[in-house]
Amino acid sequence: MSKLALARVGCRFGGVVAVDDVSLALASGEFVSLLGPSGCGKTTTLRMIAGLLEPTSGTITMDGQVISAPGTSLPPERRNMSMIFQSYAIWPNMTVAENVAFGLEVRRRSRDEIRTRVEHILGVVQMAHLRDRYPSELSGGQQQRVALARAIVVQPAVLLLDEPLSNLDANLREEMRYEIRRLHDEFHITTVYVTHDQAEAMVTSDRIAVMHQGRIEQVDEPRALYARPRTRFVAGFIGRTNFLDGEVRDDQVVFDHFALPQALFAEPASLSGRVAFSLRPQSIHLRRGRPAASQGTCAIAGQVVQRAYLGEHWDYAVRPQGSALELRVTARPHEVFEVNEAVWLELDPGQLAQIEDRPP
Amino acid sequence: MRWRHRDRSLLLWVLIAGVLLALVVNPLVRLLWASVHGAAGFTLDNYVTAYSRWRYLEALGNSLVLGLAVGLLCIVFGVPMAWAVSRTDMPGKGLVWAAVLGTFIVPSYLSAVAWILLAGPNAGWLNRGFMALTGAAAGPFNVYSMPGLVLVIAASSFPYMFVFTRSALDLISSEMEDAATTLGAGIVRTTLRVTLPLTLPAIMAAFIVEFLEAIALFGAPALIALPGRFQVMTTTLWQFFEFPPRVEVAAAYAMPLLLITVLLFWLQQRIIARKGYVALTGKGGERRLVRLGGWRWPLLGYCLLVTSLGFFMPMVVVLQAAFAKAWGRGFSLDNLTLHNLRFVLVDQPLTRAATVHTFVYGGVSAALALALALAIAYIVRRGLVPFGRALAYVAMAPFVIPGIVLAIGFYAAYTSPPLVLYGTAWILILAFTTRFLPIAYANSDAALRSINPELEDAVRVLGGGRLLALRRVVAPLLKRGLAGAFILVFIPATRELSAAIFLYTTGTQVLSVLLFDKSDEGNFEYLAAIGLILVLGTVAMVLAGFRLIGRDFMLRRTTA
Repeated sequence: MSKLALARVGCRFGGVVAVDDVSLALASGEFVSLLGPSGCGKTTTLRMIAGLLEPTSGTITMDGQVISAPGTSLPPERRNMSMIFQSYAIWPNMTVAENVAFGLEVRRRSRDEIRTRVEHILGVVQMAHLRDRYPSELSGGQQQRVALARAIVVQPAVLLLDEPLSNLDANLREEMRYEIRRLHDEFHITTVYVTHDQAEAMVTSDRIAVMHQGRIEQVDEPRALYARPRTRFVAGFIGRTNFLDGEVRDDQVVFDHFALPQALFAEPASLSGRVAFSLRPQSIHLRRGRPAASQGTCAIAGQVVQRAYLGEHWDYAVRPQGSALELRVTARPHEVFEVNEAVWLELDPGQLAQIEDRPP
Repeated sequence: MRWRHRDRSLLLWVLIAGVLLALVVNPLVRLLWASVHGAAGFTLDNYVTAYSRWRYLEALGNSLVLGLAVGLLCIVFGVPMAWAVSRTDMPGKGLVWAAVLGTFIVPSYLSAVAWILLAGPNAGWLNRGFMALTGAAAGPFNVYSMPGLVLVIAASSFPYMFVFTRSALDLISSEMEDAATTLGAGIVRTTLRVTLPLTLPAIMAAFIVEFLEAIALFGAPALIALPGRFQVMTTTLWQFFEFPPRVEVAAAYAMPLLLITVLLFWLQQRIIARKGYVALTGKGGERRLVRLGGWRWPLLGYCLLVTSLGFFMPMVVVLQAAFAKAWGRGFSLDNLTLHNLRFVLVDQPLTRAATVHTFVYGGVSAALALALALAIAYIVRRGLVPFGRALAYVAMAPFVIPGIVLAIGFYAAYTSPPLVLYGTAWILILAFTTRFLPIAYANSDAALRSINPELEDAVRVLGGGRLLALRRVVAPLLKRGLAGAFILVFIPATRELSAAIFLYTTGTQVLSVLLFDKSDEGNFEYLAAIGLILVLGTVAMVLAGFRLIGRDFMLRRTTA
């Protein structure tokens, strides 16, 4: 049985559909991210899980009990969850220790137990020395740690995080990603994490649900999501990519002025008619001379039309001969090609991920 | 089963909405009902009675003349001062600012008392000074006249004009003026063609406020117009209440006052809402001060002259009279005494009780208004009940009800069963609460807006209910802002006259009522002493407000 399950959950505000037919199930101890651009419905979904919003359709169940349904929802205070907010929502009128102790006080734990557990969790997030500070005397990262401690100390059934790192500067954000994952590995709390930052989702999550226009487009492990995006939106949102639109003719997949043998694709049997693919820039290699034909790869003649040196790698745009396409190719720093230079593109059709042929 | 999951605080919200309806809606409904109700059911007789006599119509005309004249004079008083303080390098701005604040602090009825001492025929200081200088047999000034009344009200209410105009001027960037200057316009032409037109909406809005203030005032007209043998609407309304009270006729007579006020406030909101006219939304560009050169001192002189009329001169004569054995004997040491103050505060049981009432009623109604306003603002902001917006409008509605009209409504609503409050302190307290609810609401709403709702969500997610969130998080965070709001309600509630005069009974007098009641005895030393206590009380609260909220808290436009 799943720990937490959303079944066809929807939420509309007046005529606006914020969340549309979302289904998702989390195993106990699993860490799932809701990833998507702003306005995609991810925060609305999270607030419905928390009980701060009521769904207008569908149900949310925890341990098999319905906790949210239209017209009758368990109030947030009776769900035994905790949540970390975008603003942290650290109460400015209480000290660090008082903030952290609050949830335990509400649960009527004994004074000794509260003291022990607060001390322990403050140690875990490295905030023990600041226990008597007020939030206004803390840095953003420290406030973030207080928010984490406050949420974890009550040992919630489910932990919810709403863009918790978006107010931190870049370095701290990177550090906190790992911190959040470390805490998860230590406490194994079932977690839903909302973010618009794919790197955050990739570092922290067991699985990622990509949301777009109120719907979940794809739920997968981070690697599968990157390597095998199933929709145009997912392919474009997670990392950079090239979109290739083609048609299956005889035993070839024909693109704009070049073709690849159908047999070399990952799932040749499923290809027919008009097809669309996503191809990552890292999956294409540039060669000066025509590469020797090898098992499973193909070569296409082309010309460099644009290039940019980004330090860690080169970013090339290459046009296959006669084609209107411009393929983006990532190359290592020492692979230097001039603009207008004739090159060969070497690629493995098995790396082309078929996507739903839905125009963006 | 459904109720198991409902918010248990819902009942509280419904209750609060009910209290609001009882305070604001019931008096208005009863007022309307009384105006169209006679012994034989529905009737328009009350309206016929109210408008069939020439002197009642004349009073209405006088009120309109008074309002227009006060509004125009306020433009003359307030606009140059606002321009001088906002846009020029005039010296002594701090002094002018303090004097404007001082003008706010002196209630207009006290100002009227002071002007009786200054410009009463024959005995007034100004007339005596004139006679001493010229050897004439009589002085030229007579405060008991329409021009006298206009001057007194304008001199004490021009701060609204000043505040409105100044806020508008503060938002005009120098670049707009520079644009005119680079095209060849001089300072005068730029000011007249660019700067002033840009502030015109603010000036018009303030004109409406001044007009409404003037026609709704009771104290100053009653002190000046009645001895001057002319009437305005508010004094006429008061006479309907002389024994035996004719509430129905008063209610009918009050309707135009209510309608004019509602219409003009609506118009004022429309004017202010036309933001395209002037960049009222934010500070734009750099601002430089106009260099006045030799005109700096004459302009300062003008500002001090205006504030002398509204503040310095009235305060000097009030202080003199409050500490004088006989005010007519002038400023000499042997005329000094503390007897008046002691008499008012200690010896005389009536005034002693009134002093206590004033501050107790003011404090209780400020607390009530604040509690109610905060609850409503919270309900509306968090969307806790359906149609919450409507509650916000009801809470702001007393803003457009003249105090005197509200008082008649309260009288009509709470002198007969089921709920008889007349004769108790509660009718005064609740009337004050209702009258100043909009101030409390505007401030509560602003304070609440500064609190991120996630702070409450965090409490709930961690297992606390909404009421716990209010107690442990919202209330502590609002403390400071609410202290300021409390003061902003407390101050006008301690000085309220136009509602109190209709609702007090023996045993529930407050100082303002007493001051008015004693005025026909001609004992100005006691009047001045009573006024001084009110002013000192206000000053103490204003100082507390400075500490809590900052120097600008009373002269912000939101409170005007």
